[in-house]
Amino acid sequence: MGKSATTKDAQALFHSLRSAYAATPTNLKIIDLYVMFAVVTALIQVVYMAIVGSFPFNSFLSGVLSCVGTAVLAVCLRIQVNKENKEFKDLPPERAFADFVLCNLVLHLVIMNFLG
Amino acid sequence: MEGANGGGKSAATQGGSKATDLSASNTFLFSLKTLKLKTKQQELLIRVSILCLVYILAFITRLFSVLRYESMIHEFDPYFNYRTTLFLTQKGFYEFWNWFDSESWYPLGRIIGGTLYPGLMVTAALIYWSLRFLRFAVHIREVCVLTAPFFASNTTIVAYFFGKELWDSGAGLVAAALIAICPGYISRSVAGSYDNEGVAIFALLLTFYLFVKAVNTGSLAWALASAFGYFYMVSAWGGYVFIINLIPLYVLVLLITGRYSMRLYVAYNCMYVLGMLLAMQIRFVGFQHVQSGEHMAAMGVFFLMQVFYFLDWVKYQLNDPRLFEAFLRITVTCAVGVGALALGVGTASGYISPWTGRFYSLLDPTYAKDHIPIIASVSEHQPTAWSSFMFDFHILLFLFPAGLYFCFQRLSDATIFIVMYGLTSMYFAGVMVRLILVATPAVCLISAIAVSATIKNLTQLVRAKSKVAHTGTGKGTSGTKASSKASRDQSLPFQRNGAIALLLGAFYLLSRYATHCTWVTSEAYSSPSIVLAARGAYGNRVIFDDYREAYFWLRQNTPQDAKIMSWWDYGYQITAMGNRTVIVDNNTWNNTHIATVGRAMSSYEDEAYEIMRSLDVDYVLVVFGGVTGYSSDDINKFLWMVRIGGGVFPVIKEPDYLVNGEYRVDKGAAPKMLNCLIRSSCQKEQLEDEYKLSYYRFGELTTEYGKPPG
Repeated sequence: MGKSATTKDAQALFHSLRSAYAATPTNLKIIDLYVMFAVVTALIQVVYMAIVGSFPFNSFLSGVLSCVGTAVLAVCLRIQVNKENKEFKDLPPERAFADFVLCNLVLHLVIMNFLG
Repeated sequence: MEGANGGGKSAATQGGSKATDLSASNTFLFSLKTLKLKTKQQELLIRVSILCLVYILAFITRLFSVLRYESMIHEFDPYFNYRTTLFLTQKGFYEFWNWFDSESWYPLGRIIGGTLYPGLMVTAALIYWSLRFLRFAVHIREVCVLTAPFFASNTTIVAYFFGKELWDSGAGLVAAALIAICPGYISRSVAGSYDNEGVAIFALLLTFYLFVKAVNTGSLAWALASAFGYFYMVSAWGGYVFIINLIPLYVLVLLITGRYSMRLYVAYNCMYVLGMLLAMQIRFVGFQHVQSGEHMAAMGVFFLMQVFYFLDWVKYQLNDPRLFEAFLRITVTCAVGVGALALGVGTASGYISPWTGRFYSLLDPTYAKDHIPIIASVSEHQPTAWSSFMFDFHILLFLFPAGLYFCFQRLSDATIFIVMYGLTSMYFAGVMVRLILVATPAVCLISAIAVSATIKNLTQLVRAKSKVAHTGTGKGTSGTKASSKASRDQSLPFQRNGAIALLLGAFYLLSRYATHCTWVTSEAYSSPSIVLAARGAYGNRVIFDDYREAYFWLRQNTPQDAKIMSWWDYGYQITAMGNRTVIVDNNTWNNTHIATVGRAMSSYEDEAYEIMRSLDVDYVLVVFGGVTGYSSDDINKFLWMVRIGGGVFPVIKEPDYLVNGEYRVDKGAAPKMLNCLIRSSCQKEQLEDEYKLSYYRFGELTTEYGKPPG
């Protein structure tokens, strides 16, 4: 009885989330996909580490942090270009994208240095 | 002479910064009126010129030590920094990075490149190389001596921008002026004090400023800049742990008080991820960011932010409170469960190392005394006395609560940050003397807010009254506004006089501060502590240069490969100035080794002989201050040798060296004390058959005076 109620709740939740998400603009959806991809890659690496072992620890760290960093920066970009966020009204999307590229550049240069 | 000069100058600048506040409201400055500048331009001109003066002042007020003594490196640790910088400039970066030093920690050696914070040395070397490139033929020593004052000057600029970000440009100017001469900061940044803190305080304040700026603007670029500031801080000083704990704490407070914003998310996450990655490039820090307990708070807050953001997003999408509540319950349970599980597994499996002793001793002031004598033995790790707060902060101590009041009156993300920084660092300053240094910028900034806000209010009162009076007499027909003002003034009859009196009082206090700072700098903080100065019976200055003479003696009279045993305080100086191998030095990484030396020092001579043979020691250096009245000699430090030695070798017991719980070194001393190596060597200057105690200067002095030392 209780079990079916929770499943129904979960279903309702899922449905309403899905219908609400359908209204999101396409560019945000692309960013979301990118974030999802990065998070999944990070998870795969963690699972791989759990199975095989973390011997070159810096390589593992740089791999995971590269994905986490990418995801976080993409979320920041998403926040900044989202038109519904009133806090970033006077920040042009071009500037937001330039910042994003700059941060990614730094991130991956450091990752490359750390990979070794 | 210099004292008077410096005092006058600092007082002038102090007054100058006040004058800006006045002029910001006054807008008339007679000399500038002739230039026909607009009000805005005038203000800018005054602001820039004051900032320049403060910049110069911060530099020259730290030069007392050079004028009094000479351009030399001070104290203990700076000698190591100087030695490594010299190596860096001579051999290049890669050699420096891979340097294995066989001259210290004698049988073991030390991997220098992997066990130091290279920020200071690289900074000095870069300055040196760029000066060389510009064809200024300077010696590396001069660069090292002047690095700390130069960075103190830069700190004033950062303080100005920080104050501007927190409050307004007036507060920024006052903060710059206050921090330029604050004794709490000068104590670690006089010329010659070539230590990590000299550049680290600059880096600390820069990181905080950039982070606050990032929170205020929500821009990725500022967050990136603050990550770089953090990187510089990590490369320069171990105190970066303060940053990596304070910022998550601040984020947590904002979350709890319901001040979460997207700007905060952007600023913290970008800063954390990039800062962590950059910090891992410093070998001494390495994987600590993901493995040590001190850094786990930051990581926890990072994940908390993600969960928070996700929930926020779902809430925004759902628009259905009942469903969201159900979702919230599930997510929070999952997140807390996963977090607790990860932490538990990490700690249990030993992957996350527990907090280090140093960290514990900060949270609990009594911890070090019971568990880690080597930390407790350092004088700058003692709890702070009230008088030293007064000595280092002077009027800032009273202005600090006032500034807190103003901050709470105008709460914003930035003022919350400075309040938290001020309160936490004040606590740490109470725990350890040397952490007054970390508290100084916060205290200066908060006090500057108090000063600036008060003076602005007062000058407005004075000005408003005079304007009303002016229009009242000039026009005669005053509008409703003026009459309402007049009626308000009537309710407070002596408002204007009171305001003027308070203004004068404020100026008096600030000028006292300036004189106090200059006095403290010249009297207390400019001593190199390696050259001692005293007043003779006729008021003349006597200079004791015994340390350097002793090291020079070692350099000239001992074989190249001689191994010298001394207490660890003198290790860096012996390697840097005497160029000889030492057993232990100030990098106290191996407690057992130090305890062995402590045991040798506190054993009977024949036992000590055996221990020293096993350590392959050729010479023993003991500092004795009985002749000159120098109080921090080895006899004074002796009880710490006993405690540290006893911590590892239980044969050494502290009560053996005490008489009725008292420490005596004269005739009534405990028998074990009377016969241990250090005392007998101090007493007899004897030459053991193989171990020549290098008593160059002290022995000579005693015989000159013909008195037996105590």
